[in-house]
Amino acid sequence: MPDGYPSDGFVIVAKHDCPTCTLVEPVMQSLDRAGPLAVVTQDDPSFPSGVGTVIDDHDLQRSFQLKVETVPTLIRFKGGREVERTVGWDRAEWTRLAGAAAAGDGLPAWQPGCGSKSVEPGVHETLVARYGDTGLKARTIAVGEWDDPIEACFERGWSDGLPVVPPTDERILRMLGGTERRPDEIVGNIPPNLAPCTVEKVAINAVMAGCKPEYMPVVLGVLEAALDPLFVLHGLLCTTHFSGPLVIINGPAAGAIGMNSGVNALGQGNRANATIGRALQLIVRNVGGGLPGGMDRATLGNPGKYTFCFAEDESDPDWEPLAQRRGIPAGKSAVTLFHGEGVNGFVDQKSRTPEELVRSLAMGLFGVGHPKLCLAGNAVLVLAPEHYKIFKDCGWNRRRIEDELYKALKRPGSELIRGAQGIAEGMPPSFADRMVDKFQPDGLLIVRAGGEAGLFSAIIGGWPGQSVRDECQAVTHEIR
Amino acid sequence: MNVALKLRDPTAETSPTRRARLAPPPSVAGKSVALMDIGKARGSEFIDRLEGHFKKAGVATRRYRKPTNTKVAPTDLLQKIAAENQLAVIALSD
Repeated sequence: MPDGYPSDGFVIVAKHDCPTCTLVEPVMQSLDRAGPLAVVTQDDPSFPSGVGTVIDDHDLQRSFQLKVETVPTLIRFKGGREVERTVGWDRAEWTRLAGAAAAGDGLPAWQPGCGSKSVEPGVHETLVARYGDTGLKARTIAVGEWDDPIEACFERGWSDGLPVVPPTDERILRMLGGTERRPDEIVGNIPPNLAPCTVEKVAINAVMAGCKPEYMPVVLGVLEAALDPLFVLHGLLCTTHFSGPLVIINGPAAGAIGMNSGVNALGQGNRANATIGRALQLIVRNVGGGLPGGMDRATLGNPGKYTFCFAEDESDPDWEPLAQRRGIPAGKSAVTLFHGEGVNGFVDQKSRTPEELVRSLAMGLFGVGHPKLCLAGNAVLVLAPEHYKIFKDCGWNRRRIEDELYKALKRPGSELIRGAQGIAEGMPPSFADRMVDKFQPDGLLIVRAGGEAGLFSAIIGGWPGQSVRDECQAVTHEIR
Repeated sequence: MNVALKLRDPTAETSPTRRARLAPPPSVAGKSVALMDIGKARGSEFIDRLEGHFKKAGVATRRYRKPTNTKVAPTDLLQKIAAENQLAVIALSD
């Protein structure tokens, strides 16, 4: 029994800022005269007036422990235990609990209460962290009162080089509120150490990356896709090549969390784009132990290894989105993960017909990896609106663009074999007498994004690991 | 330490929460040792003795001194020590 509560009597939880609480102030005074009463006041210790026992609850500990969601809440105690409660103002209920002293003559018969301060957005998780059982299983790391928690995260090696949001219990609880999945559910084993990763560990790293709780389903979907054996996350991490995970989001989830598929879609400035990609990288770093210079052996890497995530522009109903092209039903949200090496800007401001633009794009795409190497790595082609318009105006849809590009991306092997054109790099001599595709079947992923102005597109080269088609591919998963 | 904040470990928790100290070098041969006088009383005597021992052992040393013992060493001094040496000894005193 907390101090100040009558073992046989009443407790009322109220706040001065609530019109219903001020309405029933005379009732509280009447109840105080009639018998033992304590009023727990959330925002003003001088409210209510004329009551003997007023308990200041500005830290909301008592409101939290009493599990109050609405003020006023009238609670009857008997033998030191709660036996009944009612919320808001309802004369019939108050008099049933407390008798004639709670009749509130002259007041309306009923008036709804207000939300308790203890359940305001973000407050409840803080109260759980302070006074409740968080249920969190990750071990705690103490930070001294004179230490900067962001610097403490750096010192412990938890950062990708940029500041991280310190993962406090209240932030983690808020993040876990973004998913219905249990915190102790294991999402998978994270390479390179193949360490089991729970939903709780995902939430901790999502906090550090700067995610909002509503991103959690997407972050979890991204991680599950990344752990698809066909994506070969371990190999992608430890490669000397440039590539890292590129995340493309399709479907209603992208709009719901405000992802950017428009102006500067591949650049900075959008929280969801920036932090979802970063969360994946932090999970690999922190849970999997994938550290640059350790298992990450990239010769140069690329800036996308901080984060590389965007949404597809699905505003044109004539356009078949990438996820649907890859088997996800329309209306579902999905993540596609590709082994991306970075953005290569493609400029063509002269092509006016689809045929011209396809030939031009093919010339740019030949450059992926090396102009004389084929079937050695795939690509994502990001069509910006002005380039896409050239196709659309002539009735070319996704399938037509893909087909025409594949035709344009065939070349005689004699031009590509090692030594041809005076260049040592190239295809094996066995390719000399055949036409050679630049990419594997389904190896060119076309996606729409970007701002309205600019006759540009972007080519994102893939990873040589994709050359073993049966073992390593881009993957697309529905977001649950 | 007065704990002001508790964070949750984002890692797989395969290493101790207390970070391990750097292991001492297996040998000082061929290395340059910074001898840092923090400016408190008689610290220089300690440094003098160490310098003599290192000299006898054929180990190169460089001497540095904090501008004041009441504040941490300035960043440029720490960077200079790190750039010119592989090891450092900070003198205790009093």
